[in-house]
Amino acid sequence: MESTNLSPITLSRLVSLYETHRQQLVACDTPRLAGLRDRAFQSFASLGFPDTKQEGWRHTDLKESLARLYDYPLDPLKETDIQKVFQCNIPHLDTAILGQLNGWYVSRDVPLMELGNGMIMGSLSEARKKYPELVEKYYGRAADDTTDAFTALNTAFVRDGVFVYVPAGVKSPRPVQMINVIHHKSNLLIQSRNLIILGENARLSLVHCDDSYNHQGSFSNIVTEIFAGENAFLDHYKLQNLNNNSTLISSTFFRLDKAAGLESHYISLNGGLLRNNIRVVFDGTHGRADLFGLYLMDKKQHVDNQIYVDHAFPECTSTEVFKGILDENARGVFNGHVLVRRNAVKTDARQSNKNMLLTDSARVNSKPFLEIYNDDVKCSHGSSVGQLDSMAMFYLRQRGISEESARMLLMFAFANEVVAKIAIPELRGRIEDMVKKRLQGELQICEQCVLHCSTPEKNINQ
Amino acid sequence: MESDSNNILHEVTKQEYKYGFVTDIDTEFAPRGLTEDTIRFISAKKNEPEFMLEFRLKAFRHWLTMKQPDWAHLTIEPIDFQDIIYYAAPKKKKELSGLDQVDPELLATFNKLGISLEEQKKLAGVAVDAVIDSVSVKTTFSETLSKYGIIFCSFSEAVQKHPDLVKQYMGSVVPYSDNFFAALNSAVFSDGSFCFIPKGVRCPVDLSTYFRINAANTGQFERTLIVAEEGAYVSYMEGCTAPQRDENQLHAAIVEIVALKDAEVKYSTVQNWYPGDKEGKGGIYNFVTKRGICKGSNAKISWTQVETGSAITWKYPSCILLGDNSIGEFYSVAVTNNHQQADTGTKMQHLGKNTRSTIISKGISAGKSNNSYRGLVRIAKNAVNSRNYSQCDSLLLGSACGAHTFPYIQVENKSSIVEHEATTSKISEDQLFYCQQRGIDMESAIGLIVNGYAKEVLRQLPMEFAVEAQKLLSISLEGSVG
Amino acid sequence: MLLSINDLHASIADKEILKGVHLEVNKGEVHAIMGPNGTGKSTLASVIAGREVFEVTHGEITYQGKNLLKMAVEERAREGIFLGFQYPVEIPGVSITNFMRTAVNEIRKYKGLDPLSGIDFMRLMEEKKKLVEITSNLTNRSVNEGFSGGEKKKNEIFQMAMLEPTLAILDETDSGLDIDALRIVANGVNKLRRPDNAFVVITHYQRLLDYIVPDFVHVLFEGRIVKSGGKELALELEEKGYDWIKKAQE
Repeated sequence: MESTNLSPITLSRLVSLYETHRQQLVACDTPRLAGLRDRAFQSFASLGFPDTKQEGWRHTDLKESLARLYDYPLDPLKETDIQKVFQCNIPHLDTAILGQLNGWYVSRDVPLMELGNGMIMGSLSEARKKYPELVEKYYGRAADDTTDAFTALNTAFVRDGVFVYVPAGVKSPRPVQMINVIHHKSNLLIQSRNLIILGENARLSLVHCDDSYNHQGSFSNIVTEIFAGENAFLDHYKLQNLNNNSTLISSTFFRLDKAAGLESHYISLNGGLLRNNIRVVFDGTHGRADLFGLYLMDKKQHVDNQIYVDHAFPECTSTEVFKGILDENARGVFNGHVLVRRNAVKTDARQSNKNMLLTDSARVNSKPFLEIYNDDVKCSHGSSVGQLDSMAMFYLRQRGISEESARMLLMFAFANEVVAKIAIPELRGRIEDMVKKRLQGELQICEQCVLHCSTPEKNINQ
Repeated sequence: MESDSNNILHEVTKQEYKYGFVTDIDTEFAPRGLTEDTIRFISAKKNEPEFMLEFRLKAFRHWLTMKQPDWAHLTIEPIDFQDIIYYAAPKKKKELSGLDQVDPELLATFNKLGISLEEQKKLAGVAVDAVIDSVSVKTTFSETLSKYGIIFCSFSEAVQKHPDLVKQYMGSVVPYSDNFFAALNSAVFSDGSFCFIPKGVRCPVDLSTYFRINAANTGQFERTLIVAEEGAYVSYMEGCTAPQRDENQLHAAIVEIVALKDAEVKYSTVQNWYPGDKEGKGGIYNFVTKRGICKGSNAKISWTQVETGSAITWKYPSCILLGDNSIGEFYSVAVTNNHQQADTGTKMQHLGKNTRSTIISKGISAGKSNNSYRGLVRIAKNAVNSRNYSQCDSLLLGSACGAHTFPYIQVENKSSIVEHEATTSKISEDQLFYCQQRGIDMESAIGLIVNGYAKEVLRQLPMEFAVEAQKLLSISLEGSVG
Repeated sequence: MLLSINDLHASIADKEILKGVHLEVNKGEVHAIMGPNGTGKSTLASVIAGREVFEVTHGEITYQGKNLLKMAVEERAREGIFLGFQYPVEIPGVSITNFMRTAVNEIRKYKGLDPLSGIDFMRLMEEKKKLVEITSNLTNRSVNEGFSGGEKKKNEIFQMAMLEPTLAILDETDSGLDIDALRIVANGVNKLRRPDNAFVVITHYQRLLDYIVPDFVHVLFEGRIVKSGGKELALELEEKGYDWIKKAQE
């Protein structure tokens, strides 16, 4: 299939695209997957794109993003120097890199790597061919493609993405880094799908980066399903550093089996419109999910974190700590929903969203929301919007520190509550550095290179 | 412990609603159902000027275009709006002269409710407007208050005697198009209280309205309007009860408060409508729109509510903080038991500079009830240096109930500070044990603990109300532990 | 003359707290300011340090010949004014090391000196820690976060030692200290006393003055200094109580 013409993203365009190309889309599908596709397509066709009248989209308006002109190739493009994808590496960080270009898995050696310890990593479409049973068992089991229009759209059109499998009892020796780079001569609509499976007692650190390589616009609709088996542990990072013409709808569905653990870090440093749908469902008792988020936005950037944690089983613990600093005309939206079901006794759920506004044109909408059907719980939430603590400012300045340095110290301290939770030291150092630069407004100077990998470190004390 | 608490839960759930009696009085009804004719009937009954009828009809026509909202965390049986009697008024037996124009049956009813309408026996320092079904039957103290220039009378009387004030302020805070139930109320409201405090006057007594639904199959749609001119002060209290009936009855009221520069209005409610029986049968649907505007600088509006009654409560007493330095407060205790549902909270709209608001909400759920706090704090771009603090706690008594918190926070400038905190937990077993070890039985212990939990709110109530509210809490709550 | 305060009036939210304070401090001197609660002792300290919530409505403060009231908070600090806080502020996420290093280097820069190297700085930290008997590793701790009352006060003296001020104002540094911590804090102060610096010690009780012996004692009452004397005044106050001052004022 060659490139379609540039046009806005509309329901009718996608409907006709699906109808025309259905045969090609389902060509490699098992009967179940083909059925999923058709069902998802029907859901999407009846749901349509969400608008601001819907509660979950009240503060995020996609009109402008959808109205831009996009190219929507259904097959991979073969024009870019693939090496560019791998330039975004973090010094001294030894990871297994899974590169994606415009949502397609880029095979360096083989499309699917099979390691000695039983781990499988690579292209999802390849995994569907080689390991149909494994994929079949998990694919589409966590994602909600009946009520969530973007997930349905993704399920209907998905062609490729990343597949990671860590077998029972295996501890991944190095972090796995997924890098999706967007690079094309025109605006692109991208729909990729990732499937991550951790067997019983498996352990994995997964770093998932979204980067753009130039200033070309894009609309990404990424769905990731993550399954953690009994007693498995996933250390998950989502780093977002896209250009200001990018729209990213990132939906991640976590299913945590008995006593499974998740630590997730959402770091949003740049992007035109970022929407993170984070859904965690406990599928067994004694699970634990700690979700951390940091967003630093300026210009007209928009970030929207929608978090849903379903305490469906007793004795699970969840924490949400999301913090944001909003400058210029940026807007931050936080919508946290914790559901504690009737049987989920001894649930411990905490939610916190703290925001700092640096200008009078930045805006915040925060809705931390608790829905509790059980009395044997410990739940709390807090939300605050404010500025730097004036007593702390006075204290710092009384010690001779300039107002500007004092502001910087306090802002970094504010952000650092989230950054400090990053467990991989090299990555933490990297993010600390990027956050400092972001706060000093220095990332703007490297706009030519949105990867900002090469700006030398500058001590914030100087 | 578990079985003990179940016993006590049983004790509490079988507690009788002590205001559930019906008074046998002659009542005049409007025909069942709602059409423009119904509205003309009500307006004619009340001998209203043309502008009132027009207001009602506009509201009715708008209402026809609206749908009953479904966003609240409530399960509501469909309401047949054509199966409601929109006007019910006790018939006056004959023209009585002198001090007591009130039907002795009615007097007896209010006496039984603990509200004396005889001025010589009136509650010290409280003026009362008594509303039964659709109309105000008696306003005490009016003459004394008029010496201060204070107008305190039924809404109907205000329409006749002070049409200009009514015209100026009615619908200015809650427009008829505001929401479904506000539109309905604006079309069919029958009576309510009107209160006007002129410039610089500090109302010497607390004003109070007592609402009573008596007739069957009726809805009650009253409307209260309070205007405090520059520098004025008033403390206002509202109480309500209804007979025990198997069907649900609709109560859709509007309260509007206007506070001009430097004025202060304190509005307290103890809501004790019939909550339905322990199977969830019957009870009042309490769908109320309450809103105040701090129109001038340094104005202050304070809402305090103790919500123990109604099958379903749906209300958000709100403040529009338009004047610079104005203050809004919301203190709430909402108790639900058995199958009761409550979705209540507030909206604080900060529009003026240096505006401040405080929200303290204590939700207590027991039985199979669901209790939600829903609140909006919005700091508009021009509301620089504004401040909000919200604390919303939920206490769960029993494993079959639900407690939900939906705060909406929206901030549009950098100099303001908003803080929201909330916790949800069950009643502390350590505290219970401590009380019991000191020889206090479980039921009293829970009463004590819950009253302590709600104290921050209860102490905002005027004296006369606080005692009543504490008793109510004990009745609806004691022992409901899981 | 190091510091000269002349007819100082200051208010907060239109409420006048200081109602005409006069005070002169020379290098090498230790002044104690005593007085009952709520008479403006902490306000005076904050106004000298430059806290913006207080409005100076009348009067002057001259410091080393300069008009202090025209200087920003950090400028005063860089000119050598140190305020030991009655309630040191907790600053989560800012490590003490980073905090002190920023302060030391910004003050050095103001004086035209090069920043201290990392090694020199750490050496300085270790040296000054000993002065107030701090044994714990401060590097990973946030400023005052989770510190006990005594630790916070020791940390204030430690910072004072790091910054070597010319005029140190210690606001109720003794409050909430047990006898051992009090001794450590006072020792620290005494070791830092030099002919070219001065201390203003604000305290409610005479106890601290057993350890830090003042040259002058002033009694601040209802926004004014109503009595001044030598160190014996503190003892007299201890004996007769503040009622004595109150009565004398009536």
